[in-house]
Amino acid sequence: MSTTDESHRHATATAATGVDTVSLDGRRGTARDAALDSIGFDPTAPLLQVDDLQVEFRTRDGVAKAINGVSFSVDEGETLGILGESGCGKSVTAQAIMGILDTPPAYVTGGRVVLRGVDLLTLPEETRRRVRASKVAMIFQDALSSLNPVFTVGYQLGELFRQHRGYSKQDAKKEAVGLLELVGIPAAADRVDDYPHQFSGGMRQRVMIAMSLALDPDVLIADEPTTALDVTVQAQIMKLLADLQAERNMGLILITHDMGVVADVADKICVMYAGRIVERADVHSTYKSPAHPYTQALLRSIPRVDLKGQELDSIEGLPPNLTQLPGGCSFHPRCTYARDRCREDEPPLYDVDGERQSACHFYAEVLGQ
Amino acid sequence: MSDALSTELGPTGGGGPPRGDAKERSGSLWADARRELSRNPVFIISSLLVLVVTSWAVFPFLWTDAGSDGGRCVLLNNNAGPSSEHIFGTTTQGCDMYAHVINGARPSIIIAVVVTLVTTVIGATVGIVAGFYGGWLDTTLSRITDIFLGLPFILGALVFLALLGSQNIWTVSIVLIALSWPPITRIMRGSVIQVKALDYVEAARALGASNLSVIFRHILPNSIAPVIVLATLYLGGFVSAEATLTFLGVGLQIPEISWGITIAQGQDLAVAGYPHLLIFPCAALILTVLAFILMGDALRDALDPRGR
Repeated sequence: MSTTDESHRHATATAATGVDTVSLDGRRGTARDAALDSIGFDPTAPLLQVDDLQVEFRTRDGVAKAINGVSFSVDEGETLGILGESGCGKSVTAQAIMGILDTPPAYVTGGRVVLRGVDLLTLPEETRRRVRASKVAMIFQDALSSLNPVFTVGYQLGELFRQHRGYSKQDAKKEAVGLLELVGIPAAADRVDDYPHQFSGGMRQRVMIAMSLALDPDVLIADEPTTALDVTVQAQIMKLLADLQAERNMGLILITHDMGVVADVADKICVMYAGRIVERADVHSTYKSPAHPYTQALLRSIPRVDLKGQELDSIEGLPPNLTQLPGGCSFHPRCTYARDRCREDEPPLYDVDGERQSACHFYAEVLGQ
Repeated sequence: MSDALSTELGPTGGGGPPRGDAKERSGSLWADARRELSRNPVFIISSLLVLVVTSWAVFPFLWTDAGSDGGRCVLLNNNAGPSSEHIFGTTTQGCDMYAHVINGARPSIIIAVVVTLVTTVIGATVGIVAGFYGGWLDTTLSRITDIFLGLPFILGALVFLALLGSQNIWTVSIVLIALSWPPITRIMRGSVIQVKALDYVEAARALGASNLSVIFRHILPNSIAPVIVLATLYLGGFVSAEATLTFLGVGLQIPEISWGITIAQGQDLAVAGYPHLLIFPCAALILTVLAFILMGDALRDALDPRGR
């Protein structure tokens, strides 16, 4: 590819999007994808509000209500932790927000995902695609399998700029090096041409973070970002995420089953069970005195040094089969507080003290413990 | 082969980047593959062989002054063994075997290359569409594939060629294409379905990649390897398939010259004391098939950065 050819292509791309994409420091703001501006995002509206989201999986065994009326909101610079066991609907919530659910079998059957005043669920697919990465981005659990093995990391990073912003190859590569430096990859200029398998696990997750931040999204969803990493690297990655979030004033949704990870970085917590939010609170009050038996049980099942030698508490049983949810409160078969009312009457999200909510009829009793 | 490669490149595993060549790396899959291939001795030798065989097919006059009719044949001198005058001996009709081998390359190579290319393109396209989009499209395409897969090869070829009426390079190619794309589709579809479920495809979607970009950047490069292997095996198979059809009388017709015809004619007499009638055309065939298989193997390795 000759230089003249490149500059010609670049000029055409610039003309097409109507924005100047040359300057490196123009990354934030000026070089926006023109198509995004026509959607009508209102910069003064709340950042992200998920309202009564419903997702079901239509399988041969019947309809599984994977998400059943989940609502939460995230503001600029705020970190929301979504907690829960495997299979409680955390990742499905994330995929529904991103619009990357596999349909069939998954269908969003109700609710709204409102980003800056625009309901993403009503946007046509092509527009939604442009919103991904530019407005809402996502990091996955396993960074090795989340990077395409046949392309260098520089190519994969640069492609985002070429596809969404119409950058030339050289400019895209410059951006890629800059991003790798931003996420703390040593000798970024050399490593930009390496393939994913030549990076260690922690470095790969850094590359994934760089990719998700490339187009400067307003909301970042991190789906178990540190689960596949060892503990020291976990701490580094969480610190990197927190720093980048503070620097860019992003909303961060942190999905995890690790109570320890959430405690460090989250501002608020949503605890999910069987597709519902069972407790919503700020992080300190949740840890001090959980208002739902499920949260309480989760906290008890964290290994603690001072209890070494004793048997670790675990939650008896398994999360329910989503095609056959038990009547009443879906946690009652595993709950130590359960009584007759729990088997018949489904608890709403009770307001505990104005700031926190708990979906338990007996939250006062749970709090009193 | 991979041993030779890794010694040449030095130890690159364990996370350390090969610093020396960082500058020349372009980062594009095909550019890296090309550089990889240009250093691979197996690829160089096999592509030289392919070049030689192709030049037999395209420019036979560079190798022999006998025309495509096989040159002057002296019936009295039939089935003669190799001599200084006829280095490969003579055929049953007393023609020069060397001229036959060179001139026979053209129809055999054209059929093999054309059928392999078209089959791979059709098979891979149908396989990608079926595997990627799924649903009723997959069901429809898969059932059509199954119908073609159910046709017995020899019987199908006999019926089709009889229906088409004429038997030349192009009708034989069409029939071979019609009967041989389904396995490629099957393999491609399975491979695509496997790759489609991988995290990096979902990650690419989460980063706003379009369907076309997902197909060409993520799915195709990661699912094509088994198809490349099968295609190179096919290539040799088509030369023999052409020979089989010719042997059955529905392929190319005499006086046309092809490896298939020459091998078919030599089969009976080879065991009756004239082995050169089979050895030389077969050697040309084996050499061709081997060259293409080695080339495909090297290509597949070069397209997978993990193996470097």
